[in-house]
Amino acid sequence: MLEVALRHGWPGGFTLEAGFAAPTPGVTALFGPSGCGKSTILAAVAGLLRPQGGRVALDGAVLLDTAERIYVPPERRRCGVVFQDARLFPHLSVETNLCYGLRRAPAGAEGPGFEEVVELLGIAPLLRRRPGGLSGGERQRVALGRALLSRPRLLLMDEPLAALDTPRRAEVLPFLARLHDAARVPILYVTHALEEVDALADRLVLLEAGRVLAEGPTEALFARTDLPMLAGRRDAGVLLACTVLAHDAAGGLTRLGFAGGELLVSQRPEPVGTRLRLRLRARDVAVATERPRGLSVHNILPARLAGISPAALPQEVFLVLALGPTTLLARVARDTVAALGLTPGMTLWTLVKAVAFDHRGGGGIEA
Amino acid sequence: MAWLSPEEWQAVRLSLEVATRSVTLGLPVAVPVAWLLARGRFPGRPLLDAMVHLPLVLPPVVVGWLLLVTFGLRGPVGSLLHDWFGIRLVFTTEGAALATAVMSFPLIVRAVRLSLEAVDPGLEAAARTLGAGPLDRFFTVTLPLMAPGVLAGAITAFAAGLGEFGAVITFASNIPGETQTLPLAIYTATQIPGGEATAARLAAVAFLLAVAGLLLAEVIARRLHRLLGRS
Repeated sequence: MLEVALRHGWPGGFTLEAGFAAPTPGVTALFGPSGCGKSTILAAVAGLLRPQGGRVALDGAVLLDTAERIYVPPERRRCGVVFQDARLFPHLSVETNLCYGLRRAPAGAEGPGFEEVVELLGIAPLLRRRPGGLSGGERQRVALGRALLSRPRLLLMDEPLAALDTPRRAEVLPFLARLHDAARVPILYVTHALEEVDALADRLVLLEAGRVLAEGPTEALFARTDLPMLAGRRDAGVLLACTVLAHDAAGGLTRLGFAGGELLVSQRPEPVGTRLRLRLRARDVAVATERPRGLSVHNILPARLAGISPAALPQEVFLVLALGPTTLLARVARDTVAALGLTPGMTLWTLVKAVAFDHRGGGGIEA
Repeated sequence: MAWLSPEEWQAVRLSLEVATRSVTLGLPVAVPVAWLLARGRFPGRPLLDAMVHLPLVLPPVVVGWLLLVTFGLRGPVGSLLHDWFGIRLVFTTEGAALATAVMSFPLIVRAVRLSLEAVDPGLEAAARTLGAGPLDRFFTVTLPLMAPGVLAGAITAFAAGLGEFGAVITFASNIPGETQTLPLAIYTATQIPGGEATAARLAAVAFLLAVAGLLLAEVIARRLHRLLGRS
């Protein structure tokens, strides 16, 4: 368990007053707009910033406690940091960069070996090169390896993909997802990009103006309609944990199973048995009071209308739909409620097009 | 160099020796001083800064005289050195090196400080998170990244040290084979009738050494920059 409670003020008047707990292992994402204080929290956990007040403890080991006058310097915290700008040492080869932390790790520390990390990140061809000649994506993968090889007790990632363009991001994100499974260390991940949260975060801490708005399991937070930071987005919707059940190559479809039923989606590249997490945007979900016929929509699933919540725009509402243990959200015009006579508790048909799901990296990462 | 007489050749060799020793003496002191000036947060910093730069603005003869007062056989430091270690600096090659080191000290400190300020603190922070303590990250990250500036500074100081005149002649005097460096030999030659040829030959050597030093500094700095991945 990583426990964080911080208080820090700046001369300009901005104050950070945030606390949260993150289970270990697991990926906890600090999510919020620029300037909400998420990178500051990361720096304080790493020890690179000394907050005016607070306490940071990792699995019982106190790293910072201003009340007790405890401040463990960064070099003894064993928190591996992946910075937005990679920060590889320009005078050392990729291989020496990778070994920098490894050589300084305590003798008894456990962690993945050099070959394992190089293989995981696909950086074997880069080992002899210098950081100056690497692309942004390559640099970030090396930085990731360097942090991982320092045998950290905690990995801190400060918007590791933010400095990359979209193709480079798509190149690095799968490696991060593989890391999620292989690292065996807890990860604190700072980002303002939803696709990274979808792909990686087990747990989410929402930050705004230096305060924690909400925290909890990622899927649970996205199913809530009372958090404007999530529910107010164009791409608001729930995350569905699915398993690939079968492929229908002739029809171009893949059958996915989730806790409340099955979905047919546009064919996916993952093999049968793969576990995925997909974002189902609320604006891509429609409802019908009777089972429709002659429709191109592949998924027509019975659901119970659990509630009707206001959306960010006053002319729209969220329909909260329960499919067994799974919650789906449908965003519809407010008029729909009266036109269809919707009342909580009634049974509806939920309509989801097979092509509603994104295919690019962030949409489907093995979870 | 058959065209130099043995005496002239001796002056050139002595100059090279004095300049080498002065840089060897000055560089290890200049690095921590530059560190203090660039990174230190202490009340006396502006004063230290002024002290370091003093030799740049004081007349060299005054610097030589101050050294004479301090390191002379009856000076506070000079008498101790002589009584305890039997070291005599005044009127010796070592003294000439000391005077040259003091005169070129501001040059080295400035170069080292500039190169230190150009080092990205983010890289040092990264080294910290990877487990490197203060000395460790200084020698494995900061110093290598400073290397181009440090080397260029050392070479410039070396080239300038070849020609140090006022402080050397005041503190170490003008003894052939002992403290008579290149500029002192040139000066002496101009004072004797018929010495013009000697002066001209030595001046040509001084010119060549200075140009070679500057070019070398430039080439090394460029090489190192390329090595560090910055063009």
